[in-house]
Amino acid sequence: MKHAFRDAGLSALIALGLFAPLIGLVTEDGEHGLVLRARPIAVVVVVVLVFLGRLLLLTRAAHTALPGVSSPPSAAMRRAGRAVAPALLVLALLLPFGGSRYYVDLATLVLTYIMLGWGLNVVVGLAGLLDLGYVAFYAVGAYSYALLAVDFGLGFWTCLPLAGILAAFWGVLLGFPVLRLRGDYLAIVTLAFGEIIRIVLNNWVSLTNGPNGITGIPRPTLFGLTFSMDGGPGSFAGFFNMEPETIQRVIYLYYVILGLALLTNWFTLRLRRTPLGRAWEALREDETACRSLGINVTNTKLTAFAIGAMFGGFAGAFFATRQAFISPESFTFIESATVLAIVVLGGLGSQLGVALAAIVMVGGLELLRSFLSFLADQMGSPLFAGVANELPLYRMLVFGLALVVVMVLRPRGMVSTRTPTVTLGRA
Amino acid sequence: MLSVTGLTMRFGGLKAVDDLSFEAAAGEITAVIGPNGAGKTTVFNCITGFYRPTEGGIALTNDQGVRFALDRMAGHRIASRAKVARTFQNVRLFAGMTVLENLLVAQHNVLMRASGLTIFAVLGLGGFRKAERRGLDNARHWLDRIGLLDRADDMAGALPYGAQRRLEIARAMCIDPVLLCLDEPAAGLNPRETEALNALLQTIRADGCSLLLIEHDMGVVMRISDHIVVLDHGKKIADGTPAEVRADSAVIAAYLGEGDEDEDEAAA
Repeated sequence: MKHAFRDAGLSALIALGLFAPLIGLVTEDGEHGLVLRARPIAVVVVVVLVFLGRLLLLTRAAHTALPGVSSPPSAAMRRAGRAVAPALLVLALLLPFGGSRYYVDLATLVLTYIMLGWGLNVVVGLAGLLDLGYVAFYAVGAYSYALLAVDFGLGFWTCLPLAGILAAFWGVLLGFPVLRLRGDYLAIVTLAFGEIIRIVLNNWVSLTNGPNGITGIPRPTLFGLTFSMDGGPGSFAGFFNMEPETIQRVIYLYYVILGLALLTNWFTLRLRRTPLGRAWEALREDETACRSLGINVTNTKLTAFAIGAMFGGFAGAFFATRQAFISPESFTFIESATVLAIVVLGGLGSQLGVALAAIVMVGGLELLRSFLSFLADQMGSPLFAGVANELPLYRMLVFGLALVVVMVLRPRGMVSTRTPTVTLGRA
Repeated sequence: MLSVTGLTMRFGGLKAVDDLSFEAAAGEITAVIGPNGAGKTTVFNCITGFYRPTEGGIALTNDQGVRFALDRMAGHRIASRAKVARTFQNVRLFAGMTVLENLLVAQHNVLMRASGLTIFAVLGLGGFRKAERRGLDNARHWLDRIGLLDRADDMAGALPYGAQRRLEIARAMCIDPVLLCLDEPAAGLNPRETEALNALLQTIRADGCSLLLIEHDMGVVMRISDHIVVLDHGKKIADGTPAEVRADSAVIAAYLGEGDEDEDEAAA
């Protein structure tokens, strides 16, 4: 017990050090610029919470054993697990009929990240090549579409494959210099590659318009029907005799990304069962053994980079057409990190895990923000006066904590089981 | 079938292999023995393309009379073209994949050719399906031979050590080799498993595949080898049949004379 108190005291001390500047000091607009204000009570509240929380955790841990290797799931759990993917699919198909533009927009964003996650999963999850510069291919896809559409007047559906091919080309180009690298070294070079692409986009003003970005990127059409607001005969609304509304376009974009994501999923699942897919996984397990079995390691790695990059390029083209505006600012390292976090959190190599992780990381973060805003609105008391309106700002803190908890409880990701690509029973 | 001439391998100032020449005949089991650090694994790594020899030539002539200069081929081609397979001193399986998948990965090149740049394979077209079924039959055949048919869908890393050793040999055999190089296949096996290994290696030879073997276990070497090459400090000190090698005074001094245990095993 004494030990627990000392440990909790130490935790409280660390919390004090961390939160004294983070929460204890706040800048406010004064008459002559910013004024610094101290909030000792808020710090005391947080530190006491940490102390009590740690004490509770330690006394509880003394009774129950620490969660070690998670026990194999029960039969009922496994049945429930199998139902998750179809349930998600049905939910995704029906979602626009809920009618809320906010949720459709959010789901579109989530699906973009799911698609990016599935693309990166080929490189990181299957082939085991740690890629920290995945955003580069996202950027190549987005700029390919934007430039082809704005400069040459090509449509979305023509440019989509081109964007994929160009991104795959850059994937191979990145692949060549990093063929001999593994682990940390590979990660650093790919990280640099991501930055190089962004900096080139930022500075090649004559082509990319630099930091000002590209505006007026055309929206996709449905078999030639546009989603313009004039309601003319060539538009979706005019053709079906409806009132033109923005929501029609939003829903159409949602179904486009849903289709693209499902295509990515189908293709990846099929690829896993081909000799190439198995060679990727073998490469992840043991490169030396692969070589001794006559597998061309170079080609195998390059195809992994190319196919992963291609999906990134598709997602990028979609991003450009959805936003109608892109600038290098959208393709910073934080995007690569988010996508990689989705793949790792979901469980390397698991398609369902990646989808769940994207929902949690992108959708959950957004929902957390609106929840914290709602919570702040409820806090009328003057005691919380300073805290209430900045509560939503702490979403990243809460979120980071949640990620740490997930990784402690499930170190191999949310879905860590691997389905064999072939079994004797079925073959 | 395999002829090594004047093979020298230097690592900086260290001469791991020094002007080594030997032949391994077709359809025979050739053993390379020698004390620890004699350069046996280095020779193996040169033959299978993991090291490029500093000097000397390694040539393989298959039963169709085609000659491959192994010292100048890229690593993966030695397995895919010249059909030289190998196992490793520390078992190197694809531990996170199933036993069956391990054997299918070994048939990568055959399946890849049938997969039509992977497009047929993604779409599941007929030609590829037939090739895959043949691949599965081949895998099943080998699983049956090493007695692991009932564990086909288990993770390779979850197998007991002896089974992992056998699986590694079966995986190497799935590339359909003309020469199988085994780096200490009996290391860490109990007597019963060693017995089963001997039998397996002899059936592999009976099927027409030549074997090259590094081994410390004299029980295995003396009983199944047709021909033994003895190395010490990177040089060949003896070369001949088991009986000849056993009687060789240089060998006894360098290797068998090191401890009574080895001699006892050799006599057994």
